[in-house]
Amino acid sequence: MKKKTRYSVRIIAERCKGCMFCVSFCPAGVLGRDGTANARGYPLPCIASAAVCTGCALCQKLCPDFAIFIESNHVR
Amino acid sequence: MCAEPLALLTGVHFMDGNSAVCEGAIAAGCRFAAGYPITPSTEIMERFASRVPRLGGICIQMEDECASIMACIGAVWGGAKAFTATSGPGFSLMMESIGYAAMTETPLVVVNVQRAGPSTGLPTMPAQADMLQARWGSHGDYRVIALCPNSPQECFDLAIKAFNLAETWRVPVLIMMDEVVAHMSERVVIPTLSEIAVVQRRYTQVRPGEYQPYRPAARGVPEMAPVGKGFFMHVTGLTHDAKGYPAMDPETQDALVRRFTAKIDSNADDIIVYEEEEIADAEVVVVAYGITSRAAAAAVEEARALGIPAGLLRLVTAWPFPEKKVRELSGRVKALIMVELNLGQMFLEMDRCAKGGAQSIFLGHAGGSIHRPEAILMAIQKAAQL
Amino acid sequence: MNSHPSDSYLRTDRLPHLWCPGCGIGATMNSFVEAVKLSGISRKSLAVVSGIGCSGRVAGYLKADSFHTTHGRAIPFATGLALANPGLRVAVYSGEGDLVAIGGNHLLHAARRNVNIMVVCINNFTYGMTGGQLAPTTPIGSITATTPYGSTEMPCNLVNLAASAGAVFVARWTVFHVRQLACTMAEALVRRGFSFIEVLSPCPTLHLQRNNLGHGETEMRYFKEYSRVANNTSPVEAGLDRRDRKIIVGTFVKRERAVFFDSPDSVTLVRKKKVKA
Repeated sequence: MKKKTRYSVRIIAERCKGCMFCVSFCPAGVLGRDGTANARGYPLPCIASAAVCTGCALCQKLCPDFAIFIESNHVR
Repeated sequence: MCAEPLALLTGVHFMDGNSAVCEGAIAAGCRFAAGYPITPSTEIMERFASRVPRLGGICIQMEDECASIMACIGAVWGGAKAFTATSGPGFSLMMESIGYAAMTETPLVVVNVQRAGPSTGLPTMPAQADMLQARWGSHGDYRVIALCPNSPQECFDLAIKAFNLAETWRVPVLIMMDEVVAHMSERVVIPTLSEIAVVQRRYTQVRPGEYQPYRPAARGVPEMAPVGKGFFMHVTGLTHDAKGYPAMDPETQDALVRRFTAKIDSNADDIIVYEEEEIADAEVVVVAYGITSRAAAAAVEEARALGIPAGLLRLVTAWPFPEKKVRELSGRVKALIMVELNLGQMFLEMDRCAKGGAQSIFLGHAGGSIHRPEAILMAIQKAAQL
Repeated sequence: MNSHPSDSYLRTDRLPHLWCPGCGIGATMNSFVEAVKLSGISRKSLAVVSGIGCSGRVAGYLKADSFHTTHGRAIPFATGLALANPGLRVAVYSGEGDLVAIGGNHLLHAARRNVNIMVVCINNFTYGMTGGQLAPTTPIGSITATTPYGSTEMPCNLVNLAASAGAVFVARWTVFHVRQLACTMAEALVRRGFSFIEVLSPCPTLHLQRNNLGHGETEMRYFKEYSRVANNTSPVEAGLDRRDRKIIVGTFVKRERAVFFDSPDSVTLVRKKKVKA
């Protein structure tokens, strides 16, 4: 069974335009590129290593397209 | 009782047209003006600046006319009744924003005290040469309402009417004065509050989530919503759909612009005001507006004294133009004489509406002075002999 | 999946927006939404006014009372709106061509009057919507559609312009500085008076591509590498010259001055007269 990560990175594919700001500036290297594209042909980021996400949400704040956000999975 | 005793100077005054139009605006509930000094309209803003701060209103001198009219449009969306006053060069600068007001259906009043042009022209002398600019000056198809007072009293009365029309039809309403009407002083009677009909801004009853800012309501006029109340309205100068969102397609464009024109055209009978003198049996009808109509009235009176069946059609609303009335007259009179302080502007409209019925005669000059009644009388005599 | 945490501040039925891939305007809007949340101002009281151009489209995407005006006239519109309805918090959101070229006169005078509006000026060094023409901030030597041999004009230092005209709060960030930008915008939202925030933003399609400066991501790296945070720098010293390899960012001006139509003196004066009359 896959271990649940502390944070989930959510990508709204149909909003993404593939600028890759999120991939380039993620301090933890959570995101990568795997060649997938959305329906409009824009390359999408992929979640390369979800486990290392610190939940800083820089990707969310940098995204010009409101296409990526972080959800916390903390259950207290 | 007036809620604001200082707001309405009920009584009999000796007042010039510029002061009267300002008092009319105040009586209509206008508490915001932004303007830029320009002869011969400046006294309107000066008086407003002295009057409205005591009424809790705002008068600001902006950096130019582009800013003045846009500040007024902003104030209207902020909930105020607002107006600006200017003359030819400033009117030219305001054209883009008049189009914006038309596109966004902003109830706005603009006073243009006409002086002789083009360009700087004769700043202190009268003309009526902005009449087609008033109608066609901004790009694209749209409609405005233009009123032409011919006395200080009418400056007061039509200022109130202008605000009422703006609120009713959500179009720019232009008060097309001229330098003489602006600066002549006459008896002006300001009635009591109960005698003045004021159309207040009517806001939608639709709830915020369901409200669509550009959904046509009664008579093709959409309902406004108050700003700051959670309606989250979007207003744009781009072609827009009922939601107010930009919609870049020919179908939306056509529907929108046709609605702008239809809301005035199909309600023109309710909007148009004119006065007739000695029309019933007239063979020669002088058509005039603003200061020129007073010289024309004198000429018609003299013509009647000489036994010439002359009449006067005085335009109070220049736009929309009383097309039906002119058409009807052209079917039964010998000649229609347009007298105006330009080289033939409203004449073109009159001639178009006359459609080759009555003879269309033009009597005008390029401005700087007003017509002498004798000149108009001569034209009447000549026309009567046709 | 839950929706994006900013969705309630956006007209989501209009997304995706029209800005190009790698354009920074959307990211500044992201910061602005953060700022509105941080500032604690009431959602209903926010009004956004834009002019024309790419940045002028911001008003159309924010779920607030929003006004997309004519080219250059966002500030006078906002002036009228804010004066007529003092309960509103009015933010002008537009580009450098709109606010500084065609609307430059209004910027000067609104700053001088200290009108209670906040101005966000997206500076992407070119006219985007019309196809990449010369802007007031285009660097010397840059190729644009109307300077095909390179611009020879001295670019305008926007923060210096706003500060010298009298703005009471002046700051500059780049699109890369999303957190700082959000905090600065939040501060401006709660301050009274005329505030001016310049945000440097990549225009990948026109400015960057034409001048062989890479794409949006490249420019973001440039912003990251060469920005120097220097609060309180004199705006005169904060000019931008690409050859310096240095972008001074931060909050440069914070001062207090009577706000237009806030002046207790003028109100008292009028009230006194009113009582007498």
